[in-house]
Amino acid sequence: MSASLPYLIASVCFILALQGLSSPTHARRGNLVGAFGMLVAVVGTLLYAHILTFLWIGIGLMIGSAIGAAMSIWIPMTKMPERIALSHCFGGLAAALVGVSEYHHRMAFEGIDKFTMGALGLEVFLGFLTFTGSLMAFGKLQGLISGAPMTYKGQNATNVTMFFAALVLLVLLVLDPSRSFLFYLMGALGLAVGVLAVLPIGGADMPVVISLLNSYAGMASAATGFALGNYVLIIAGALDGTSGFLLSMKMSQAMNRSFANVLFGAFGAQPDTAAGGAGGPAANYNLATVEDAVGVLTAAQTVIVVPGYGMAVSQAQHAVRELAQSLEANGATVKYAIHPVAGRMPGHMNVLLAEANVPYDQLYDLEDINDEFARTDVALVVGANDVVNPAAKNNPGSPIYGMPVFNVDQSRAVIVLKRSVATGFAGIENDLFVQPNTMMVLGDAKKTLREFIAGVKEEAA
Amino acid sequence: MTNELLFGLYIFVLAGFLGHYVIEKVPPLLHTPLMAGTNAISGISLVGSLVSAGGGYGKLSMVLGFVAVICATINTVGGFLITDRMLRMFKKKTPARGPKA
Repeated sequence: MSASLPYLIASVCFILALQGLSSPTHARRGNLVGAFGMLVAVVGTLLYAHILTFLWIGIGLMIGSAIGAAMSIWIPMTKMPERIALSHCFGGLAAALVGVSEYHHRMAFEGIDKFTMGALGLEVFLGFLTFTGSLMAFGKLQGLISGAPMTYKGQNATNVTMFFAALVLLVLLVLDPSRSFLFYLMGALGLAVGVLAVLPIGGADMPVVISLLNSYAGMASAATGFALGNYVLIIAGALDGTSGFLLSMKMSQAMNRSFANVLFGAFGAQPDTAAGGAGGPAANYNLATVEDAVGVLTAAQTVIVVPGYGMAVSQAQHAVRELAQSLEANGATVKYAIHPVAGRMPGHMNVLLAEANVPYDQLYDLEDINDEFARTDVALVVGANDVVNPAAKNNPGSPIYGMPVFNVDQSRAVIVLKRSVATGFAGIENDLFVQPNTMMVLGDAKKTLREFIAGVKEEAA
Repeated sequence: MTNELLFGLYIFVLAGFLGHYVIEKVPPLLHTPLMAGTNAISGISLVGSLVSAGGGYGKLSMVLGFVAVICATINTVGGFLITDRMLRMFKKKTPARGPKA
């Protein structure tokens, strides 16, 4: 507790950093304040805590800084969900290892009181759970593991049993902290739960899972704080935990699904029959050529772009912005409609469009823009599917019924860029694609957009 | 000991509430930087790793602490850097297109 003052300064800096994020104009400065707070905390610890050997700390700090910097400077923006998943993974591992180390040396020297034992148990369980859970999420995002939900019989029962087993172990440990076998069993259980809990969750649910892992990583840090009696850890962990929890709630709401449903529902695992459109997939799609689409686009006065995960996959964000600029040069107004769960993590589309230099005052949230579709000439859907599916509004049999979606179907014309005629991630038929005012242009989004740009420029010339 | 637990819980609960109010105000536009930023902040567990690695608690603690220092440093350094890199990209419309606030 000797480095208290630096820790207080750090805590205040962290809160200011989060406060800065309330507006893009202050956010960068806030982030710097946060980084400063971290520096103060680290220097304070090195100066005041009972540090005996600096050699390995120095080497660790250097290696970590080098890897961290490399991972931040060179990673492409399209890989941001993977990057975030990996950082949760490191955060969980760090907390868990500190927990194991603390348990080990306290057992060897002074013994452990009940309260510290409880905190250590939680820390190690949550830390290891976050570690493997985030690794799984990373694997799914990166395509190393199939993004499809993996289910087996009795899956939910197994997961719930393991959670309860962990709880029982925690109680036993608190009653008698010297049972080190149980402690390590608890860590192993955390590792297993992390894998098994993420296994049945599909790619489209990643925004919820990533937010939830964010929350767990924070909770693991807070538990570390309780175990070490370190208040800055408790505060930072609480902030991170709340943030992740709030985000995952928001993401669940944006899909009109409960938390439990996301975690245990294995969405899209069952082949869906109820919501199928007549004639099977793609039978009635209004396929259109690039020329048709260009004609509609050049005639449009108002255009709303609806990006989805497909834009990220095809790395089409720059092409989207270029097309928007050509249309604006034509005299049209272009806006972007961003669904909270578009992409694989909260804010995914915003970051990609910002990277492509789209001004953020052209980006609109669901509730701010949804009434405008009815007055819009063209809605351009770039690799989005479920978030524009009218079945969510008018087909009670659809698995996504009730999810707030864009009223894309109300705009005068809809142009949908889609890679193939296959159904979207959730495997649900999309009624939008068979609407008479919809034009489907199949192919790689970036390539199609480039052809649009060339076409629009040609017409304008 | 119960006092320490209570005090810790006080801090935890109050920080959680404060976090709720502050984070509610973060627009969806900045949700990814928020995740990256909170990640960097929770890398404060570095402080715990430092003590474990350098506190002279024996070989196992030192090795575990050393690995933890690396992981936590990746998160703090990398987290703040990537948050800054993202935030740098968010720009308002350039005033070249007329005086629009």
